[in-house]
Amino acid sequence: MSTRLNLTLSIWRQADADSPGRFETYPAKDIPDDASFLEMLDIVNEGLIENGQEPIEFPHDCREGICGTCGVMINGRAHGQEKGTATCQLHMRKFNDGDTIVIEPWRAAAFPVIKDLVVDRSPLDRIIEAGGYIGAPTGTAPDANEILIPKEVADSSMDAAACIGCGACVAACPNSAAQLFTSAKLWHLNSLPQGQTERFRRSENMVETMEEFFGSCTNHGECTEACPKEISQDFIAYMNRDYVKSKVFNRRLAGQH
Amino acid sequence: MAAPTAAGKVTGSKSADRPIRVAKKRDLPFPLNIYQTAVGKKWVMAVTGVILLGFVLFHMFGNIKLYLGVIEHDGERLYDIDIYAEGLRELLTPIFPRTWLLWLLRGGLIVAFGLHIHSAYTLTRMNAVVNRQYQSKRDWLAANFASRSMRVTGIIVGLYLLFHLADLTWGWIPGYDWERGQVQANVVNSMSNPVVAIIYIVANVLLAVHIFHGAYSMFQSLGINNPRYNSVRRNLATALAVIILVGNVSFPIAVLAGIIDYDPNLVSA
Repeated sequence: MSTRLNLTLSIWRQADADSPGRFETYPAKDIPDDASFLEMLDIVNEGLIENGQEPIEFPHDCREGICGTCGVMINGRAHGQEKGTATCQLHMRKFNDGDTIVIEPWRAAAFPVIKDLVVDRSPLDRIIEAGGYIGAPTGTAPDANEILIPKEVADSSMDAAACIGCGACVAACPNSAAQLFTSAKLWHLNSLPQGQTERFRRSENMVETMEEFFGSCTNHGECTEACPKEISQDFIAYMNRDYVKSKVFNRRLAGQH
Repeated sequence: MAAPTAAGKVTGSKSADRPIRVAKKRDLPFPLNIYQTAVGKKWVMAVTGVILLGFVLFHMFGNIKLYLGVIEHDGERLYDIDIYAEGLRELLTPIFPRTWLLWLLRGGLIVAFGLHIHSAYTLTRMNAVVNRQYQSKRDWLAANFASRSMRVTGIIVGLYLLFHLADLTWGWIPGYDWERGQVQANVVNSMSNPVVAIIYIVANVLLAVHIFHGAYSMFQSLGINNPRYNSVRRNLATALAVIILVGNVSFPIAVLAGIIDYDPNLVSA
């Protein structure tokens, strides 16, 4: 038998990007404590639909914590109070009966609200697009282990590649900066042999595209705390290093290094 | 079940596809192009921060001579801090004429201050454009008082610097008879006024708060990050802030307590 929770939700409602939004209060009654946060919203929406009201739009897709679609501010924290957890993996047993939960969409000028809790995160795609290509061989299948990568390097690259692009780093940042996202995407490739061909052009292009949409880093560390994959802000330092190198190096002479 | 999320391109004036900030029109020649970007501006802020931090540390170290009182110098009895002040003007004097190196150093500091302030100003403006405030209360997890108040502490320390120059370098602050070269007398006469002493104490507490975040932050901005010594960075910043705090705050307190004093009868006429 699971415990049942009665909660009060204060949720941001906004009809579309151009309409003004406001907080509305909804009761969430009889919520099983083994429901996920998104399932709780499903239950509330079913009630709203039955009453002929407009259901709450919220971003979600895989509900397995790997797609990066979900993500809202829950009581002032991106993805809620659980560390290293996406909104879909946050469970109602982490809340207490009678709690009031404030739910707000990500806020950044680059993330306009589409409706209610759903924001447009396509500027993150613009940063990825600016990254260009990697030196991936085509044609016949390459031999296994043809390119040797030290275990530590592979681990570091994999830690960066864990980024699911949810935008929590931007949402949590007081400057709406996307440094953690961009640096994770950069280090994922810049640390590997396959990523060296385009390393400095990639760093330059992705950072400069990022700065057309997002703010600058002031090293608070809120991004790492908010990240559902706990990506380290160390990558931001690596990105800063590679970016300044990309400006200083003469890439025609790269072979001399 | 909830309705599926809105899909497709968002139309309307608030499309996310258009850059929020106007892209730079053209690349300036190297190395100025580094300063055209936020990452480069942070780099400049960090480098100038190191320079200013070095100055603050050395300034504090030099001021400790206030405690040494009168010493024998070339057969004369003089306050040690006055000898030190004259020594700064005579740095490398056989090579440079008197005060030339001092002015060179001052010039470097003025440039560092200018760039530190300009980069902070432009980055603040940039962040104001791209940022949107939350309508509900934020729950800060990692950001501390120091990191969130850098702009405020920076402005106050900047204003305090002007006051400090007006007080002890230019002698513009009324209340005592300022005299060029009489460092011990000027410091004691100025800070024995409790109001002035409190200004010095408060400003130096804020300076230490500024350094607590700045000295840590500069490592990240410069890309100095290595798992072998990352744990040292926060401790180093804390140690620097504490050293500056204890050293600088001790001077006005010591003047008020009479530990640092000035007696014209002790020095050779």
